[in-house]
Amino acid sequence: MVNRILDIPVWEIVKKIANQEISSEEYISKTLERIQKIEPKINAYITVIKEASLDKALELDKQIIQGKTVGRLAGLPIAIKDSICVKNIKTTCGSRMLENFVSPYNATVAEKIIQEDGIIIGKTNLDEFAMGTSTEHSYFGATRNPWDSTKVSGGSSGGSAAALASFEAALALGSDTGGSIRSPASFCSVVGLKPTYGAVSRFGLVSYSNSLEQIGPIARDIQSCALFMDCIGGHDIRDSTSNNKVPEQFTDSFEETPKNLKIGIPNEFFGEGIQEEVQKSVWNVVHKLEGLGFHYEKTNLPMVKYALPAYYIIAMSEASSNLARYDGLRYGFNVPEKNLNWNTIFSKNRRNGFGKEVRQRIMLGTYTLSAGYFDQYYLKAQKIRTLIKQDFDKVFKKFDILLAPSMPIIPFTMGEKLKDPLALYMCDVNTVPANLAGIPSISIPCGLSSGLPIGIQIMGPPFREDLLFKTGRLIEENVTIDKSAGEFTNV
Amino acid sequence: MKKTYQPISEKDVSHLAELARLELSRKDVTEIRLQLNKILDYFKMIDDVDTEGVSPTYHVFDLVNILREDKPHSPKPKDLLENVPKKKDRYIKAPRMI
Amino acid sequence: MSNETKKVKIGLEVHCQLTSLKTKLFCNSPSDYRRKPPNTNICPVCIGTPGSLPVLNRNALNYAAMVALALNFEITPHMLFFRKNYFYPDMSKNFQITQYDRAGGVPFALNGYIILDNGKKIRMGRMQLEEDPAKITYDGTIESSSETYVDYNRAGISLIEIVTEPDLESPSDAREFLNKLSSILEHLNVSDLGQEGSVRCDANISYGGGKRVEIKNISSFKEVERALNFEMTRQKSLASKGISISQETRHWDDIRRITISLRLKEEEQDYRYFPEADLVPVSLSKSFIEEINSGMPELPKEREKRFQQEYHHSSEIARVLVKDKFLADYSEKTSKESIDPREVGILLAVNLPPFLNETGKNLKSLDITPKHFAELADMISKGEVSRRSAKAIFLEMLKTGLTPRNIFDKKGLGVISDSKFVEDIVEKVFKDNPIAVKDAAKDPKAINFLLGKIMQETRGRVDPSIANKLVKKQLSEQ
Repeated sequence: MVNRILDIPVWEIVKKIANQEISSEEYISKTLERIQKIEPKINAYITVIKEASLDKALELDKQIIQGKTVGRLAGLPIAIKDSICVKNIKTTCGSRMLENFVSPYNATVAEKIIQEDGIIIGKTNLDEFAMGTSTEHSYFGATRNPWDSTKVSGGSSGGSAAALASFEAALALGSDTGGSIRSPASFCSVVGLKPTYGAVSRFGLVSYSNSLEQIGPIARDIQSCALFMDCIGGHDIRDSTSNNKVPEQFTDSFEETPKNLKIGIPNEFFGEGIQEEVQKSVWNVVHKLEGLGFHYEKTNLPMVKYALPAYYIIAMSEASSNLARYDGLRYGFNVPEKNLNWNTIFSKNRRNGFGKEVRQRIMLGTYTLSAGYFDQYYLKAQKIRTLIKQDFDKVFKKFDILLAPSMPIIPFTMGEKLKDPLALYMCDVNTVPANLAGIPSISIPCGLSSGLPIGIQIMGPPFREDLLFKTGRLIEENVTIDKSAGEFTNV
Repeated sequence: MKKTYQPISEKDVSHLAELARLELSRKDVTEIRLQLNKILDYFKMIDDVDTEGVSPTYHVFDLVNILREDKPHSPKPKDLLENVPKKKDRYIKAPRMI
Repeated sequence: MSNETKKVKIGLEVHCQLTSLKTKLFCNSPSDYRRKPPNTNICPVCIGTPGSLPVLNRNALNYAAMVALALNFEITPHMLFFRKNYFYPDMSKNFQITQYDRAGGVPFALNGYIILDNGKKIRMGRMQLEEDPAKITYDGTIESSSETYVDYNRAGISLIEIVTEPDLESPSDAREFLNKLSSILEHLNVSDLGQEGSVRCDANISYGGGKRVEIKNISSFKEVERALNFEMTRQKSLASKGISISQETRHWDDIRRITISLRLKEEEQDYRYFPEADLVPVSLSKSFIEEINSGMPELPKEREKRFQQEYHHSSEIARVLVKDKFLADYSEKTSKESIDPREVGILLAVNLPPFLNETGKNLKSLDITPKHFAELADMISKGEVSRRSAKAIFLEMLKTGLTPRNIFDKKGLGVISDSKFVEDIVEKVFKDNPIAVKDAAKDPKAINFLLGKIMQETRGRVDPSIANKLVKKQLSEQ
């Protein structure tokens, strides 16, 4: 009920700001007001950047008045997950370990946002070091779902998705290792893309599992998501795994309706664990697309059955190594004790700097890489990964895209799954396959059940985000989500 | 080939904690041991997969030979040293070795 | 070689910095870190800041390929980088990016060798690229210091690791191997191993078929020979007392010049090697290798042959001259300035080394230009000075830096070849030594005695052949 200005689709807002119909200063101010009002209720942000954002907005408005050309994100308040480095701003990764770490440099994606005149309005909450599916494992408290604050927001990019759903930002960046963009996008009813591995630079993304993770755009509608992806994607010489294919400008071909789209419905993504209302909601969309003239067919990815254990073994193994650098020497948490040897101090710093879930994953990852177990776990998991990738390659010879539920369940109550880590891991069952295969996958809102969001996942072949955006647009046009149903989801 | 799953002992947990430099209390060790064994028990389903002759996917796409020119940049050490908790005359101070 | 020495087996693990690179292995921090204030040449990558990523240095790859080819290695066509995971204050990420030979990993190159002067082939099992850790210093010793100081200037510098088979049979063999390795790296212009800290060596030695002892912390090639000699002696002495040698790691203390048992937990470190996902594989084509090959600079062996052909150095002298690139370059410059390169060779390869050994100096630090040596060589060649005088001039030149001609004029060291003058000397000597003159008719030894006296009289300046002629003439006229 706050202010209509926040409700205007973001891709439209940029135009209005550039046309001087709306000032960036007004937009930023309204957003900051919204943040002040809503934050105590949902805790989406760890750091809010107030003064600098207003200054930038004023500066930008001046430039626009002077007739200077501005970037494609000019004047937009953009939230960035707190595992992505922004210079001179704290980058905490939701952890006590980096509670006071101020990043000395900008991630490539942050640089790109700044180059496009986007305004970084704050750093959002996440599961500690991106390890989680519900944003309940943050040192800075959990993020609540704006649709129902007794429910989780999804994770690990819960803060980013919740900030968007509650109009506390225009666009947001998240990262996705095993579903960390798609999970909160689904739970908060926003659009979240996990790009093809290598499509967006990882330079400046604090690493959890480096062979699986990607930074991705999150937005309230698909066109804004595509606009954001255009700005952040592309080759980066500072990331050796960044792909040197020329990035497609997705907003160019956005209006085109895909012809003869062959849709695959993989059975393994509709297994026992998928709630009935979720299945119903997703099938509803499939039938709508059928009604528009697109064909679908059920298909199989038999190896996907083993995706979850393979994912966790690989992710935890890599995590145990990626998090080794946090010893309190060059930065990070330090215990007050003195006069002990380095081994003891490091061990104390790490025990006290890391939360329980992180410690556990490090222990497991150390085990799965250790002598005598490497072959049985890490190597085996990587071989299964090959088989899963082969399954996807086969299926994409026949189909253009695959549709499936993003999450197996509707948003659950806070605290419900904390006692049993395995139960929480199981929530990733539909999202991890795309990370293992490196393919792009987007989550689009497709309905509500008992007032709680459900997301549909569109997967495509490597570097075919265009198919995802085009299909997503179709779905968006044909599905209506009643935002008034949510606690903090209407302005 | 199916491998027999061996549960982790408390000794194993302590050894892992040492490798990972995590100082664990008795309570920590007991708790972690339970969770680790539960999760490892779940993982063992991967033994069912025949991976004979399959090579691992260490890199998901075929990029090779990504190289950088041997040209130096101008370092900005001051920025980087801001976060160092303990310093002395530009050195980073570490706890004693022994 | 005695029976005893035959039983010695030595293997080396050498880490050499590629000092000619301008930047580090995985980031473009400048590599010229010596004499810089601590923590100056650093960046988010080499100091392990969260979110930073490594990118491989193109020239490091090229240099490594050159080294592999020069050492007769087989270059691996498709290779990965691995993480070696362990905690230490000198590790900016608490893992080292290196290469590994299991789990699908193959090091940069395999099966190289160097052949020693005695013909023995020293095999090198593998060669790989990896990053150098940071430098740690203490207040005092590692045991006593309450504080440890870390400097990341060196962290991330490119290293080549080379591991030999235990083919070396003596500490001096080991020294020769390392000298040859050093000369090859210098001739390739990839590394100057004279720079402080540019090379580290671990050595393995077993004696008489006994257990293998590893010696760590050897920081120069000279120290390698010392450490091995010490350890060999220690093991021999234990063996002679019937005490068996335990397999262990010992630390070389270069101040007390002894090896010390490390008495650390003997648990083998579990490095949990796995592939580095932030770096993509390196795939080296045949054409790449051919290109590297065709661009290779002249190696010591080739240079040795050319020295024999071009400058007519003997094979012995040529071999000595190419031991060290600086010396080889220097000798070429000198030879080009001289009318008699053979003499140059003798001066530099035969006469110079003893002086350097005695004084502990090296050629680089002496203030002597090639012209100096060339001038002296010419003077000897033209017969302007006798060899004995030449030696004196030589030493004077090395000590003072004056040119040979200067010294010659100052000391009046010209060769006396004026026959009349010599005749007078001969007469005087004959008069002063009647008994020798009598004996000279029968005993050739006595002639030498007379010649010696003539040399004495002239302070070695007389032309020996002339003196000889005149003495014989005088004797025949007796």
